[in-house]
Parts: sequence; C-alpha cells; structure tokens
Amino acid sequence: MRHTLSVLVENKHGVLTRVAGMFSRRGYNIDSLTVGITEDPTISRMTIVVKGDDDVLEQVTKQLNKLIDVIRVTDLKSEETVERELALFKVSSDVNNRSEIMQIADIFRARIIDVAPRSVIIEVTGDETKIDAIEQLFRPFGIKEMVRTGKVALRRGAKGVSS
Amino acid sequence: MTGSTEKMTGARALIECLYREGVDTIFGYPGGVLLPIYDELYDSNIRHVLVRHEQAAAHAAEGYARATGKTGVCLATSGPGATNLVTGIANAYMDSIPMVAFTGQVPSLMIGNDAFQEANITGITMPITKHNYLVQDARELPRIIKEAFHIASTGRPGPVLVDLPKDITTDEIDFYYPDKVELRGYNPTYHGNIQQIKKAASEIKRSKNPVIYAGGGIISSDAAGELTKLAEKIQAPVTTTLTGMGGFPGDHPLFMGMPGMHGTKYANYAIQESDLLIAVGVRFDDRVTGKLKSFAANAKIIHIDIDPAEISKNIKVDIPIVGDAKWILSHLMKYAEKAQSEEWLKKVEEWKQQYPLHYIGPATGDGIKPQYIIEQIREACEDAIIVTEVGQHQMWAAQYFRYKEPRTFISSGGLGTMGYGFPAAIGAKIGRPDKVVFDVSGDGSFQMNSQEMATAVQENVPVIIVIFNNGYLGMVRQWQELFYERRYSSTCIQNSVDFVKLAEAYGALGIRATKRDEVRPAIEEAIASGRPTLIDFIVECEENVSPMVPAGAAINEILDLERKK
Ligand SMILES: Cc1ncc(C[n+]2csc(CCOP(=O)(O)OP(=O)(O)O)c2C)c(N)n1
Ligand SMILES: [Mg+2]
Repeated sequence: MRHTLSVLVENKHGVLTRVAGMFSRRGYNIDSLTVGITEDPTISRMTIVVKGDDDVLEQVTKQLNKLIDVIRVTDLKSEETVERELALFKVSSDVNNRSEIMQIADIFRARIIDVAPRSVIIEVTGDETKIDAIEQLFRPFGIKEMVRTGKVALRRGAKGVSS
Repeated sequence: MTGSTEKMTGARALIECLYREGVDTIFGYPGGVLLPIYDELYDSNIRHVLVRHEQAAAHAAEGYARATGKTGVCLATSGPGATNLVTGIANAYMDSIPMVAFTGQVPSLMIGNDAFQEANITGITMPITKHNYLVQDARELPRIIKEAFHIASTGRPGPVLVDLPKDITTDEIDFYYPDKVELRGYNPTYHGNIQQIKKAASEIKRSKNPVIYAGGGIISSDAAGELTKLAEKIQAPVTTTLTGMGGFPGDHPLFMGMPGMHGTKYANYAIQESDLLIAVGVRFDDRVTGKLKSFAANAKIIHIDIDPAEISKNIKVDIPIVGDAKWILSHLMKYAEKAQSEEWLKKVEEWKQQYPLHYIGPATGDGIKPQYIIEQIREACEDAIIVTEVGQHQMWAAQYFRYKEPRTFISSGGLGTMGYGFPAAIGAKIGRPDKVVFDVSGDGSFQMNSQEMATAVQENVPVIIVIFNNGYLGMVRQWQELFYERRYSSTCIQNSVDFVKLAEAYGALGIRATKRDEVRPAIEEAIASGRPTLIDFIVECEENVSPMVPAGAAINEILDLERKK
C-alpha cells in the first residue's frame, strides 16, 4: 500500500536531513520525496510517498510529528487530491522515426523540448500511470536517459492542508 | 531585565540565559573554541564542575537531572569533546531525561572544511537528541537557548544539543531574552481525552484481574502520589519498570516489584493472567515484554503516555490516552471505581508467598552474597539515592532495595551504559547534597569512568562507590554460563586493579571487605566519613541474577537460577 503525505516543515537548514534520517533510522521506505517552498517563505512542503500498511503509516505520521521542525502532516487520499509528476526522457531518434515519436508525445500532451541529430528530449507531466505509460512507448526507440521529479500533490478544492 | 536590551558578547549572553533558566550547575570540560565561554564562567555564579572525561559530563548532568527534576546542563569543546558526549546524550535520549548539551564548534567560516577539531556534532546527534541547533547568528542565541530548555523539559523530556561556533561566542549582540517560545511544530498534549478516561474507568470497574504497569513517565511527570492513590482506590497490584522504580512505594502491599527479564515471578505471572493492563508512562520495552505475542495476551490494554508515537508502537492498545500522566491519573481518579479484584489480590499474594525473590546463603560461612550488600545498604540508609552501573549488580539493586520515593533510583535503562553510574552519582549528589548517594557498581563498569574519582575528590562530592567485585563481566558471564557452555570468552577481569589503592591514589577513602560481617561496618564507615569513598566488596564470583526470562521467551517462562552450593 502506498500513501502520499503532505508535510509542512520549517524552511530551515537541516530539515530535509532530519526527515530523511528519521525514515532511514526507523526503517521506513520512501518511494519518492520532493521538497520546495510554499506560499509562505518560512515554510516548505515535502510530498513524501511511502510504502506500508496502515500501522506503518500511523507510525510514520507520529514520528514525523515528533520532529520539532515538522508543522503538519496530512495523509492525502487520492480521491481528493490532484497529483502530478514531471519527467524528462532523452530518446534515441533520427529523421526516420522523429515524427513517430512526436505523435506519441502529442497523444500524451508531452512536449519536445530539444532536438539533436540522434536524440530528442521530451517533457511530460501527469500522474504516475501516465508517465509509466509513455515510458513503455519510448522504450523500443531506446531511452538514453530519463529523470522523474517524484510526485507533488495538493488537496482539491478551497481547503488546504495548511489551513 | 526581560524586555530591555544590553550589549554583550555571545559568551556573556549564554551565561545570562543560563541564569534566567535557573541553572546553578554545569558539568564540562574546556577546549580552544570554548575559551570565551570559560572566561565568562570564571567569575559567574554558576558552579562549573570540571569532569575528567566529557562522557562523564553528560552522565553527571543526567544524574543531576534525575535526582532533582531540573534540566541537566553539560558543556564540551568541539571535535573530540563533542563526540565524547555522544554516549551520554544517547543515554538521556533513551531514558527521556531533560538535558541541554552545549558544544563548541569551529568558527562559522571554517565549518565544512575539516578544520582542526571539527566534527559535525549536530549531524552525529540528530537521531539521539529530541532536537538540536547549530547557531548561525549570535542574535539568535537567546531565542535558541530558551527553546532548547523548553523542548528538553516539556512533553516527553529529552536531550537538546546547541552547537556554538566560536565566532558566535565573541560576536556582540543586543541581549534580549524572550518570555515565551513560539514553536508552531511543537505542542505537547497534556490533558487527556475525557471520553477515553471514562472508557478506561468503566473497563477498570468491570475488570477482575487488573494490573498497573508503570514506568519512567511516572517519575518525569511527578505522578507517584496520583499513582498510589489510584492503585489503592481501584485495588490493582502495581509493577514498576527499572526506570519507574520509586514511582510506587516499594513497601506497599500492592507492590509487585519489577516486571520482565529479571523481574519478580509474581509480577510476570500477574501480567500474563491479567484481564486489564493499565500501562502508564511505559514503552513496552523488549526487556519487559519478552515474547511480544504472548505478553498480556488476555488483557485489554489501557496506555497512558505523553508521546503519541509510543501508542501501539510495539503492542496494539485498546484504550490509548495521550497526555501527562499526573493530569490523567488525577482525572481518572474521579471516574474510577474499585475493580472486582478481591480474589485476584489473594492470588497475587499467594504468588508472592510462593515465589519470593530469594537467594541462597554464602557457600562458605563468611563469604559475601551480592544481594546481601543491597539489603545492608537498605538497612543502613533506606532513604539513600541509589545510582547504578550496568550488569548483575544493577539488577540486584533493582530487586533488593525497596525504593519508596521517586528520584531515589537512578540507572541506565534504555541504553544500558556501563560507566554511567559513577558520574551520574556525582551529578545526583551535587543536586541533592542532603542525600546519601551510592554508586552500586561492578568491577567492570567502574573501570569505564574511574577517572572521575579526581572530580569527586577535587569538587568534594562525597559519593559512596560500592564495587561488587566478582572478577567478571558478570552479566555477560551469566549468559555464557547459561547459553554457551560456560565458555567464559573475554569476561574474566580478575585482579584488574587494587581498587582500594586506586581510591587512595586519588585522595579518596578506600575500604575493602571480604567477609559477610564486614559489610555493614564498611557501609557505616563510608557514610560517616563524609568523603568520597570506595568500598571494594569481594563477592561470590559466579552468583547469577535470578529469576530470569531467557531472551525471546514469554515472561511467565521464568527460571530460578540460584546457585545451589
Ligand atoms: C559500554 C558498555 N559496554 C558493554 C556492555 C555489555 N555489558 C553488559 S553488562 C556487562 C558486564 C558488566 O560487568 P560488571 O560491571 O563487572 O558488572 P557485573 O555484571 O559483574 O555485576 C557488559 C560487558 C554494556 N552494557 N555497556
Ligand atoms: Mg563484575
């Protein structure tokens, strides 16, 4: 079972280490972790995807809350959340197959952001399944490199996790 | 002074902050980057106790905290000074003791360059502190110190480290000490949920075999009085953990002693047969629970603790109540009624009669049984503070001394740190000079911090070191005897040192006792001397701690191990 936690933390030196250190010390697995500033510059938001059953989730949440620099932890249920991830793919390509790759990109509303004689770079945003799907389609062409940001998420509607 | 400002250096500001926090004593050891701070200490009213190893500074600060209930303070220089504190900080973390550790650090601009005596102590101590700080701007120092003391002493207490780069201590600031802390991420819960408390009360009323299992949380929340009243009202027997000793009167008819690996048989039997376990300020440590699956398997569990993360961490809890033990117990008192425990109390009493803690007399008529020493200390001075090292002697001290008051038993529980006891005893005696303070020690453990004899003598701290000299790292030897066919690999330490001469070399009083009838006079002499005193008791060398639950067994599978000689 995977859970997405939205964690508001003090925007201070060392906070990422404290959070990451807690996960490794207590043996919890992080699937992905993103961190960035929020509308309030003194606060950062971490979006952490963890694997584990409900007991693990409960312990992770409590242990996060124990950290002094953690302000709030919210378990984001997928029904009420918008989630996005960004990925860049560098795919082998030449004049012969470039249009085919562009078609795939089009279907996924991805964008070609760099074209070279032997490769293209495609940018795609979406939820995890979409990115997995496009990756599958690019594989036969040869993926030279790829990078994924990990998930970011917000709760739908006016209510936030900070309010 | 609060409200107005005054110009001063960071070092001076540190001392000001300590005054305002009511700190009267700090334990420390100087070094290059601490020179500005030591210069300020030179004519301050704060007592600085110069230890001989920084590990001892941390343990002494902890002993002071445990004996007084105040926050202990220690100070060490950058690099090796700071890393020498690590064991003591970890010890305070495991036993949830309030402590603020200050460390020197290389100047801000040199951090990260592997400068001379640089160690990343905030990184190193991250997993063993409740929180820590690297001060990056001298103007933030007062706020950080205010927060450090607040965090260390509130909620579930614990150690906080403040790392002070040298330039921070020489920079000038406008001193201003805040009245309040504002930490949006830190808000401990003190008041328990009344609905949960009522639920607990109705379970108590219905229960036939209730047991109260109480721990260090009783001591830190100052809830011993409330616990006693509640136990008497609901008529439930009580067992206290190693860190909870003194949280319930040791001579009370409802007291069952310690649970777990070297607990009493009757405490363990009672837990296993209970239908309601009322756990207060405990964390279901493996030394208590043994095999988790069969621990209190038929009991509903009420768990009262200030740390929500302890709830259902090791064992599923039926009625969690998060908050301060004192507050919750006094409210539970209002709703709770007597349990239906008449039959149960009779049964517990029968177990007590049938399976008392006991040991067999000495093999030779005048040999010294270690348990006997504890009994004699108790008879000589029943309101003493007993501090211990780690090993067999520690377990005997927990089993055979009946602690009546909180803060009279001080021992390294969670970390099990040999070498803890002597410096902790020094700290305890400094905090409670009115008390007779014993360090119940092993011949192995004492050698881990024996250099502190110099501190005790120089600072004139008359603690009494009682060495249970069995010539072995006894607790490990016991396991080798039981589980490794008596192959005593690296556990024999006979004739390590002449402890009496060692004491004398430091200018302390040294006494040796080899016979049973010398035990009491040696103790009396030590108490009367008013000096730091070491008593070298030559005890029977292969005595075992009994009873014992083998590792991984259920706690009712508890064996008698006394040597039949
Ligand atoms: C710092 C440290 N190292 C090792 C241990 C493992 N250990 C636990 S008890 C013990 C033996 C203690 O010997 P001694 O102090 O003589 O006490 P005794 O058991 O003989 O009473 C050892 C080595 C420990 N607890 N702490
Ligand atoms: Mg020994």
